[in-house]
Amino acid sequence: MAAALDSLPYLMGGLLVTIQVTILVVVFATIIGVILGVGISYGPFWLRVLVRIFSDFIRGIPVLVLIFFVYYGLPAIGINLETFTAAVVALSIFKISHVIENTRGAIQSVHHGQMEAGKAIGLKFHERLVFIIFPLAIRRFLPPWINSVADTAKGSALVSLIGVVDLMLAMQKVIGRTYEAMPVYIVGLIIYFIINYSLSLSSRKLEARFAYIKE
Amino acid sequence: MDYHFNFTYIWRHFDRLFYGIVLSLELALISIAIGMIIGLVLALIYVESGKTIRFLVAGYVEVIRNSPLLLLVYLIFYGIPSIGLFQYSATTSFIATLSIYSGAYLVEVFRSGLAAVPEGLIDAGKAIGMKPWQRIISIRIPTMFRIVLPALSNTYISLFKDTSIASVIAVPELMYGAQWINFNTFRIIEVYMVITPMYLVTGYTILMSLRQIEKKFAISK
Repeated sequence: MAAALDSLPYLMGGLLVTIQVTILVVVFATIIGVILGVGISYGPFWLRVLVRIFSDFIRGIPVLVLIFFVYYGLPAIGINLETFTAAVVALSIFKISHVIENTRGAIQSVHHGQMEAGKAIGLKFHERLVFIIFPLAIRRFLPPWINSVADTAKGSALVSLIGVVDLMLAMQKVIGRTYEAMPVYIVGLIIYFIINYSLSLSSRKLEARFAYIKE
Repeated sequence: MDYHFNFTYIWRHFDRLFYGIVLSLELALISIAIGMIIGLVLALIYVESGKTIRFLVAGYVEVIRNSPLLLLVYLIFYGIPSIGLFQYSATTSFIATLSIYSGAYLVEVFRSGLAAVPEGLIDAGKAIGMKPWQRIISIRIPTMFRIVLPALSNTYISLFKDTSIASVIAVPELMYGAQWINFNTFRIIEVYMVITPMYLVTGYTILMSLRQIEKKFAISK
């Protein structure tokens, strides 16, 4: 146990990388996912089909395949990414597909009468989107979005497999040095638990806060 | 772009991939079966018991749901034998891990399903003189299954995809087969061009058949 506690500062360095990966992935995935989610809801037919294919394709394969493909596969066609970049790119692509579905569901939950009312008072499309749809949809969007942030923090453990020294790989390295597997894993479990549990608690709180919204 | 496709090596080692996908399905199937039992039993215990037991069940669910599967895989495969408790093969260890993991998710699914069974049905059971265990077996569990079907199929699919993580402890499933070919032949792009459709087709076949079952049995609100 002592070795596990002594190595806490080193594990914290790994935790920092985990947090960096998570934040970058969440930022990229949210921006691109929301844009594509609006596209799949209101876009022209070809865009809807393209986004649908992209989303179903990505959600149909294991994220590990995506990570290995971006890191080991892309160099074969001349795209060399560093481990950290490859990790962020792969996880972002994966998360984009989830944010798309999330956005689509949130937009669909807004009654179409709202959009028509906006039209009736002469608002342009982007005005209707920003002033009517988004404020209403955000209540449906936020709780699952926080869940997917927690999911990213958890899923980012997989980037240790391509050599990003995140919390997971930091743990493996400590174990390689001290041969104290169990204490280190337990400490890691506690750290992951604290991060994810606080996120999922806040998601539940938000959900309860917005519970007055009917289907 | 001067990359030339060459699938020769992939076909030569295709038996590894085929064996891999079969093993992936097996891993998913066995783990889901065990996970269903864990989930059902704990969900029934949860809705029937007092605070202490509820707290313990909720503790199991929250700890598992909030930790990465990769960490659990390492913990059970490397961690537990290192303190001298058990020794087991990688495959057994992964099945144990995925069962515990899926059990935690399924407790949640079943628990919310049991809560959604209409009171009137249970009262009707009481009225015709069914004992509590009869009500559980003939009313609550069947109705609960019909309510949770859509949530179940989503969990199944994601568990099937999670079997790819077994490759990190050298369980020879599809992802491991792919990596073996990668490291031995360097036909990386080709391998992914073959295994991606394999995952997609298998996953969506499972999903489509589950949707058919849902159509037949699920209760729509």
